[in-house]
Amino acid sequence: MKNYTITKNNKILSFGLIAFGVVGIAYGFATDPTRTWASLLQSNFFLLAIALCGLFFYTFQFAAEAGWAAGILRVPLAMAQFLPHACVALLLIFIFGHHDLYHWTHAELYDKNSPHFDEILYGKKAFLNIPFFVIRLILYGIIWAGSAVLLRKYALEEDRVGGTENYWKTSKLSHVFLVLFAITSSTGAWDILMSVDAHWFSTLFGWYIFSGLFVTGLTVMGILTIYLKRNGYFPKVNENHIHDIGKYMFAFSIFWTYLWFSQFMLIWYANLPEEVAYYALRQEPELRPIFILNFVINFTIPFLVLMSRDSKRKENTVLVAGALMIIGHWLDVWLIVMPGIMGTHAHIGIIEIGATCFFAGLFLYVFFNSMSKTAVVPENHPMIEESYHFYL
Amino acid sequence: MYEAPIREPLILGDKTNHDITEDICRPIEGKANKYWWWCFIVAVAALLWWVLCVAITVGEGIGVWGINNIVDWGWDITNFVWWVGIGHAGTLISAVLLLFRQKWRLSINRSAEAMTIFAVICAATFLLTHIGRPWLPYWLLPLPNQFGSLWVNFNSPLIWDTFAVTTYFTVSLVFWYTGLIPDFAVIRDRAKTSATKFWYGLLAFGWTGSSKNWQRFEEVSLVLAGISTPLVLSVHTIVSMDFATSVLPGWHATIFPPYFVAGAIFSGFAMVQTLLIITRKVLGLENYITTLHIDMMNRIILVTGSIVGIAYITEFFIAWYSGVEYESYCFINRATGYYWWAYASMMTCNVVSPQLFWFKKLRTNITFTFVLSIVVNIGMWFERFVIIVSSLHRAFVPSEWGTYHPSWVEVGIYVGSLGLFFTLFLLFARFFPVIAMSELKTIVKSSSTQAKREALKHGHSHVSHH
Repeated sequence: MKNYTITKNNKILSFGLIAFGVVGIAYGFATDPTRTWASLLQSNFFLLAIALCGLFFYTFQFAAEAGWAAGILRVPLAMAQFLPHACVALLLIFIFGHHDLYHWTHAELYDKNSPHFDEILYGKKAFLNIPFFVIRLILYGIIWAGSAVLLRKYALEEDRVGGTENYWKTSKLSHVFLVLFAITSSTGAWDILMSVDAHWFSTLFGWYIFSGLFVTGLTVMGILTIYLKRNGYFPKVNENHIHDIGKYMFAFSIFWTYLWFSQFMLIWYANLPEEVAYYALRQEPELRPIFILNFVINFTIPFLVLMSRDSKRKENTVLVAGALMIIGHWLDVWLIVMPGIMGTHAHIGIIEIGATCFFAGLFLYVFFNSMSKTAVVPENHPMIEESYHFYL
Repeated sequence: MYEAPIREPLILGDKTNHDITEDICRPIEGKANKYWWWCFIVAVAALLWWVLCVAITVGEGIGVWGINNIVDWGWDITNFVWWVGIGHAGTLISAVLLLFRQKWRLSINRSAEAMTIFAVICAATFLLTHIGRPWLPYWLLPLPNQFGSLWVNFNSPLIWDTFAVTTYFTVSLVFWYTGLIPDFAVIRDRAKTSATKFWYGLLAFGWTGSSKNWQRFEEVSLVLAGISTPLVLSVHTIVSMDFATSVLPGWHATIFPPYFVAGAIFSGFAMVQTLLIITRKVLGLENYITTLHIDMMNRIILVTGSIVGIAYITEFFIAWYSGVEYESYCFINRATGYYWWAYASMMTCNVVSPQLFWFKKLRTNITFTFVLSIVVNIGMWFERFVIIVSSLHRAFVPSEWGTYHPSWVEVGIYVGSLGLFFTLFLLFARFFPVIAMSELKTIVKSSSTQAKREALKHGHSHVSHH
């Protein structure tokens, strides 16, 4: 059983990104703290979502009793190991930055004698209040990070002793996680992202965020798998496996587009002031180009590039389309968070890129580190042979 | 393709290719038994009842229904959405499961596709009856003004519906028929009378079974699966938009499109269960439609039922969270108002009862599954009733408040549509192969009991080499 060896280049990349990120963030705090907090929230969520998708992919492979991906399962599992870090970071960002990030955390909004009294937020205070919010963030941390850590333990145990006992244990925990994920992926999206625009609401929001995080996570998983394969760690992973990951990227990009359209079209069509304000802001002249770009990249790139069978079987096409899709979904999260906090003054500059690099560097380091401690291929997985003999 | 030994077989009873042909063709080549005749008589009687009630509606106008100025949509639209929803599982089983390479679809896709076609036909009859003047059905289509009516309103989701349902019906029909061609050829080649040979030969489109035939067959199946998959989503999405594009509380919710789709798959699979549990018993197909198949479908019912449950709770929560008085009232009224019993039935049947499928014992229990599949479809009928009637009967101002009770004609049209559905399904089970036998034969070498035994033997010897 072969483990991954962290290379010098891995370290240079991870620490380089982190170092660049620290500079960007430091510059940000010196010049515009609100904008810096906002980009920290946005990039932390973006990487958290990727890690969470790793966990979702890993667990539903067990729930669906899928065999084809058995060989590459350690990739999403290692991605998920970033969850403990991401959840702690999220909590710290909230604790130290909540007044900058979340309008609803200001006490005077709930004081009936204050000129800032806000009747709508007053009505929501049973849900949107700091103690309950912190409790929820901690709960998400326990559920998400706890499952990631526990599932990794079972995987290590499976490497050590073999047999099917750990397969069934993993399967059981996967089902529990999936049920909790079905709830927390929605409530988490309301809390972390939707409450940035505290007046606004959309019943679809949780599922919309889920679709975006799933596409991004799948793409990252595909890219990391190709990277490991090119470095000789996956001798039995071939174009058929890449093809299947490509299919997932294609299918769920269309699913994302479907939900994007459903949410936008229904709000646009009904044109109710309390709902349409959200899109009206994002269609101001300063933000409109990104609003359009978001839809164009995330729909047309996967739709046109990944449509044919051949393109999904070529690693380079998947890499190029994947890189663009990651940028596209980064823009999607940017469009949700930044205008909600900064209005039309939202920008993309060294602060936003720095914050993302910081979390991306951290994510990569945790990923490579975790890969180096479990077997790269779970050779004791009961369906591993199916994954070896898989062709399309 | 290689299959892990941990997987259970999909074909029981050591069946060979020839056994499969014999078992599937027997009901078509033999005489119908008395169960079939009894079912058929009851179904046709209900169908005649439908004809009577539709005749009254057409003759008198929709004034014979219970709907009124306040609740102007009632059982008609409820039934339409219910039937369209049921029409979902067929295409899902054939298309989406084909794309996901789920081999257990092979024993059930034929009947599920047939169910889709018949359910969409039933849904279409409600469109015709509720437009009030069914002799002008072409008003649903975009025709030039010179034809004698106004150009249809393309801003209206009702016209989107016309396109979505007809596209869905056409593609489902083509998909179903394409799959039937090799099986018709089998019946043609086995035919004992010249009439049988002629008719099934006509249906088989000159299929020879050459490898070129099969290559084209597989390509067409894949292309149709690719086209059908977005269609599964689009049809019910557009049905949901009939409601969600309005500004009525309880109807205008952005979650409606995916939530309607999940609900449709949920009720569609429940109807497949109802039909297949009867079919496997009456036609003796227990070795092909096994408890594993039933278990798999129950898992999908569990997942989609839970998704629907999350959607219900999300709507309820966001109605409060929104701070919009009308929204909050609408949902409290649904749960505690005049139609509380409909809401309670919906919650019990759709959210609570499928959770019992967490237990493997219940998932693999045929009687329990049969009862629950009917419970789910009762629940899904109530879901549409709750959405439609409870939102309409308490709109923004008290002058828009009222109640609604169906007349016997409306009830008759609904019960009668079940007659139409079962008549068509029974005829299908009598004259068409209910299992895709030619395609099923492709997994005899990997997923039958004898193949599993061989693999196990091979596996043991393989291990002993180490």
